[in-house]
Amino acid sequence: MELLNLKLTFENILIQGENAMRIRMHSYHEVVAAAANLCREANFYIPQNTRALLEQSFQNEESELGKMVLERISENAKIAAEEQMPLCQDCGSALVFLEIGEQFRIRGGNVIDAVSEGVRRGYREGYLRKSMCHPLTRKNTGDNTPAVIHTDIVKGTRLKIIVMPKGGGSENMTKLKMLTPSAGKKGIADFAVQSVVEADGNPCPPLILGIGIGGGSAERTMFLSKKALLRATNSAHSNPEIAALESEILERVNQTGIGPQGLGGRITAMACFIEWEPCHIASLPVAINLLCHSARHAEVRL
Amino acid sequence: MNAKKILLPLTDEIIAGLKAGDAVLLSGILFTGRDAAHKRIVEALARGEAPPFDIQGATIYYMGPSPAKPGAIIGAAGPTTSGRMDAYTPRLLQEGLKGMIGKGFRSEAVRQAIVEHHGVYFAAIGGIGALISKCVKKAEVIAYPELGAEAVLKLEVEDFPAIVINDIHGNDWYRIRK
Repeated sequence: MELLNLKLTFENILIQGENAMRIRMHSYHEVVAAAANLCREANFYIPQNTRALLEQSFQNEESELGKMVLERISENAKIAAEEQMPLCQDCGSALVFLEIGEQFRIRGGNVIDAVSEGVRRGYREGYLRKSMCHPLTRKNTGDNTPAVIHTDIVKGTRLKIIVMPKGGGSENMTKLKMLTPSAGKKGIADFAVQSVVEADGNPCPPLILGIGIGGGSAERTMFLSKKALLRATNSAHSNPEIAALESEILERVNQTGIGPQGLGGRITAMACFIEWEPCHIASLPVAINLLCHSARHAEVRL
Repeated sequence: MNAKKILLPLTDEIIAGLKAGDAVLLSGILFTGRDAAHKRIVEALARGEAPPFDIQGATIYYMGPSPAKPGAIIGAAGPTTSGRMDAYTPRLLQEGLKGMIGKGFRSEAVRQAIVEHHGVYFAAIGGIGALISKCVKKAEVIAYPELGAEAVLKLEVEDFPAIVINDIHGNDWYRIRK
């Protein structure tokens, strides 16, 4: 007991000073293990709220082929979970979103190295496909790194890790358009719907649509479209105007007839999420990023 | 949904009986090939060399599996997007390729080549690789092992579920589905 107390004291150092600050120490190994585990978990299980969306889609789908596809997606999820095997052979690029608390500290290395090591370990030990390669020689890096790691500094002592394996089929359908201000909401919605129509069955519908509007430069718009995909799948945007645009785009996309896997049907997308930020007075950038039916992601807070 | 059971290899007679929108269950031999393998095969043909398997009458599955766990036949084994193979496909159809399995739409050139050379394009369901792996009874690397997940595999499959997308009559299920 005394030893345990000593350990706790060591791991939660109280720094006395003008602004007393609580530092939370974590080991490098703990972060590696957490990231590795998330890579496996995200590839083996469909998130619970996505399962609810798939169930609802099955109820609402009218086409016979569409219903068959939705049934198979749910059978696939059962097999993957039972056998701890990936839902899809494309285990994706490893996208990692980190929310790093200002008072989060790691000993034994830095957090980026720890997450990268976790990705290497998770993909190796989980028998996940390694899909990263040199863009020109096409030589595989062999361990699915580099991971795409986005960091955000937040208040607090904790580290939140979200892993989203992103398959090439859906990512290849990503689009960015630098609209100009006169295009307005209609221009945004038209662009989003047109992008889904052009993607057709390729990104494995029924989809989750992530749309980024605004941002001070193009890469920020792209990031917003990805960030939108992290929204809980049963929530609408808190701003009613944005929520209405989400509904409008979803409704229009579901009138295209593309349906599950492009085989025809009502349910082309299960949800549409928009994230926005202010943009330059000359611009109205918009980006769309598509997530496949299994909406793979997993998260943990250390 | 009633699916037609089909024994591979595909013959002109079998292909003549398939129409866009048909559900099928395929049993027999498939060869896998993705971007890198297609590039190598077409380059080999251009040099007048023999491809690594007999393309005459063959069916290619656009797939690169996840690694098999110890004792397993294969890992997850679902289709990849077919459009990326469009640049190479007419050449292979000309060589006698009969069937293709992938996901997503094909180019105009591929659709025409399917009609001209009496081929067929099937879609498998994307993102259900764990389920599809259960149809694979044997898997063997037969070419380009250095390509890893993109190596050419010879697969023996049983009741592999697919949908006819492009038939010899020029029909395209992705266009007529509505």
